[in-house]
Amino acid sequence: MEPLASSRRGFVNFLLGSGFGAMAVWMLYPVLRYLIPPKSGEATIASVPVPWKPAEIKANSGRIFKFGSQPGILVKTPAGDLRAFAATCTHLNCTVQYREEKQDIWCACHNGIYDLNGKNVSGPPPRPLEPYKVNVKGDQIVVSKGA
Amino acid sequence: MRGAWLLLAPALLAGSVLLAGSQAAAQKLPEGNACIECHQGIGDPRVTPPAEKFPQDIHLAKGILCQDCHGGDPKNFDPQGSMNPAKGFIGKPKHQAIPQLCGKCHSDAAYMKKFNPTIRVDQVQEYFTSVHGKKLREGDQKVATCISCHDVHKIRAIKDQQAWTYPVKVVDTCGRCHGDAKYMQGYKVATDVVEKYKTSVHYEALTKKGDLSAPTCNVCHGNHGATPPGVDSVANVCGTCHSLTADFFNQSPHKKAFAAMGLAPCVTCHSNHDVPKPSDSMVGTDEKAVCVNCHDPKSRGYQKAAAIRKSLDELRGAVQRATAILDRAEHAGMEVSQAKFELRGASDSLLKTRATVHQFDPAAITKLSDEGVKIANKMHAKGVKALEDLTFRHRGLWISVGIILVAIVGLVLKIREIDRRQA
Amino acid sequence: MPTSLAELAKILNAWVDERIDLSGVRELIRHKVVPVHRHTVWYYFGGMTLFLFIIQVLTGILLLLYYRPSAEEAFESVQFIVTEVEFGWLIRSIHSWSANLLVATMMIHLFSVYFTQAYRKPREITWLSGMSLFGIFLFFGFSGYLLPWNELAYFATKVGTDVAGQVPVVGHLMARVLRGGDDVTGATLSRFYGFHVAILPLATTAILGLHLFLVQKQGMSVPPEIERSGQPLRTMPFVPSFLLRDLVGWLSALAVLGALAAYFPWELGVKADPFAPAPAGIRPEWYFMYMFQTLKYIPAKIGPIDGEVVGVLGFGLGGLFLLLVPFLDRKTARGEKSPLFFWIGVGIVTYIVVLSVLGYVAPGGK
Repeated sequence: MEPLASSRRGFVNFLLGSGFGAMAVWMLYPVLRYLIPPKSGEATIASVPVPWKPAEIKANSGRIFKFGSQPGILVKTPAGDLRAFAATCTHLNCTVQYREEKQDIWCACHNGIYDLNGKNVSGPPPRPLEPYKVNVKGDQIVVSKGA
Repeated sequence: MRGAWLLLAPALLAGSVLLAGSQAAAQKLPEGNACIECHQGIGDPRVTPPAEKFPQDIHLAKGILCQDCHGGDPKNFDPQGSMNPAKGFIGKPKHQAIPQLCGKCHSDAAYMKKFNPTIRVDQVQEYFTSVHGKKLREGDQKVATCISCHDVHKIRAIKDQQAWTYPVKVVDTCGRCHGDAKYMQGYKVATDVVEKYKTSVHYEALTKKGDLSAPTCNVCHGNHGATPPGVDSVANVCGTCHSLTADFFNQSPHKKAFAAMGLAPCVTCHSNHDVPKPSDSMVGTDEKAVCVNCHDPKSRGYQKAAAIRKSLDELRGAVQRATAILDRAEHAGMEVSQAKFELRGASDSLLKTRATVHQFDPAAITKLSDEGVKIANKMHAKGVKALEDLTFRHRGLWISVGIILVAIVGLVLKIREIDRRQA
Repeated sequence: MPTSLAELAKILNAWVDERIDLSGVRELIRHKVVPVHRHTVWYYFGGMTLFLFIIQVLTGILLLLYYRPSAEEAFESVQFIVTEVEFGWLIRSIHSWSANLLVATMMIHLFSVYFTQAYRKPREITWLSGMSLFGIFLFFGFSGYLLPWNELAYFATKVGTDVAGQVPVVGHLMARVLRGGDDVTGATLSRFYGFHVAILPLATTAILGLHLFLVQKQGMSVPPEIERSGQPLRTMPFVPSFLLRDLVGWLSALAVLGALAAYFPWELGVKADPFAPAPAGIRPEWYFMYMFQTLKYIPAKIGPIDGEVVGVLGFGLGGLFLLLVPFLDRKTARGEKSPLFFWIGVGIVTYIVVLSVLGYVAPGGK
């Protein structure tokens, strides 16, 4: 009787110990993962790093990047200046693109044309593109709102 | 006492400067000008308005005074002397003479350059190409001249928001005559154009969205050379802004067909003054569609219209479905910003497809809309996946429930064991 | 292994005992018993509420690491937590769900104490502190609801603070103080954040400490009807018997929380736009629903007084009645049966349940 009871008690203790042990690990894991800051840095809508290095962008070209859930356009002018604008056409919200041969920013939907200062110069767009601020920090280009 | 005055002087000076500053908008009329002083002081409402209005006039700001248009001698305070025809006094100019009077300066390039090196000097010339100008030559006394649209004696710069010619005010300026059925009696132009225009998408863009480049009367009709665009020039007029659409139209079979039937492009389907916001329902074969106005059900055009509408509906539906599911996933806290970002490609396709409709080529349109549908469906799948990922979390849950259950079973056994020991 | 573990515990125990005399605590633990009778089950709800509160503290602290209390960033930061931070969705969902379960167990605890008349002498102070905690936790819920700065919460807060503004004389000032201005704005968010993470936790710590101290000091109350029956009272030791049973409950709660978080993740909704018209179907948290629904039924004017004022006054009086019940219920205090207070309690519970249900099923209202 005695050894049976003690082995039974041992089993219960084992069950309890492993149950609580596993639970501690199982609960600690999400917490630890939670504490590690995510790659995207912080919850911000005001500025965003652009995924290209300044050197890899050639003059007279433009690229679309993601600014929150909206597109932005980073332009390197033929003179080598970096400029950034919201890439949302002010006419009907299409995404604009850079045209190397005409050196302008162009919306394909209705042939809206902006100059390299973002000013609407032809076609239906009523307003200039919203300008962003471009900062180059070493190898990184950071575009921020409120230029 | 004298010390106190000295102290006060700067304050008085500052006060007067402030006063002068606050009156910058309305300029001060010059003193010692007989015209102004008499017309101001005479108290007869028939003759005072010019002097009352003149402080707001841009001519005053540039130093152009009464005598520069009306002649006479402003230094002579005797009415007989100042308003002496011998001194060039012309009084109130005749209606017919007004364009030439204004043109005396405004058509003189050398003179106008002194004020603004880029100013136009062809307004009078243009005016006489307009219906207004032609009728004036024929002796019509009711047609508009310069001062009908440029508030006489209170003429403002075109960039002045209060000017009758400021874009948002133009429709009312033209409407003063063209919206007045009684005044326009005897002319062959409709007077409901003003009201119609005010229901148009253009007026909405101009007044509600603040898009000053949206067209008002003068943008399509011309300002000084105001003439309705003819059937052959409508497409060019609309195409100044809607260039892509105009290009598509000009490549389309409609161009020839419209010309042969004597139909004006653009306005036949979109109307002229009351241009509505275009919608996909304008294309197709149902009642609202404009295609059926010409194409009968047996024609090929009818089938094409149906095909075009089908492409549009498919793409619009796909974009809506994808947007809805991504919104749902986002509100539930799933990360779908990349999918939303890419879905813009489909929205762009929809807009491009709508422009391409004017080519009236179902094959080209379907090709474009299919691209959009493909993107939209892909993003819809991403939305579905995001919502499924929500359920993926359930697996982790079941493991944890299992672990908790083990602990609970352990606890229950322990409790029974203790209870038995105590019993 | 168990023997060595037990030995280790013994050594540690001796080490601490040499330095701090724990005999008093040990005595207390050894002698603390819980009465066993047919109402024993209700004793678990206090502990359950405490457990959920601990969950709230832990998940709340975790949320603080990423949350940003401003109208511009609050919504984005919560979105960031649930979408970008690993397991952020879990932490947030548990925090929201646990808050709701907490209010529910707290209400059960409150009314079980009411119906077993545990508020009677000598436990008046325990009752008063418990009622204060009730108010504090409701305010916790109200202030926390706004923090994600979504549309629903924004308008619910607007309505809620409007109701506070109906209190005669001081109402306007109260609403202004609550909102940090004349309207619900970013200032309200800062303020509610302050309430939620500093002021209320501080007050809770103090009052909860008192509440728990009194429970330990006085032991569990035995319902008067059991006392009167005169049978010998069975008991069980608090440690380990009752505590282990408590643990079973807590672990079950944990499993339920996990299930709720995984199957019904707390929706984030749409960012609040103060200038947008109020969306249809604004409703408060379920535990304010009966008040919300009552205010809908009260006519706009009762005699010369605004209907809403009457409603607000009514709830104030109801709360005051509950608060003062130990002093009003003279019969129980004298050890007699008190059917009046029993039926009042039944009335209150029925009212709350019926109006809450109506709040969810009744069509539109006014």
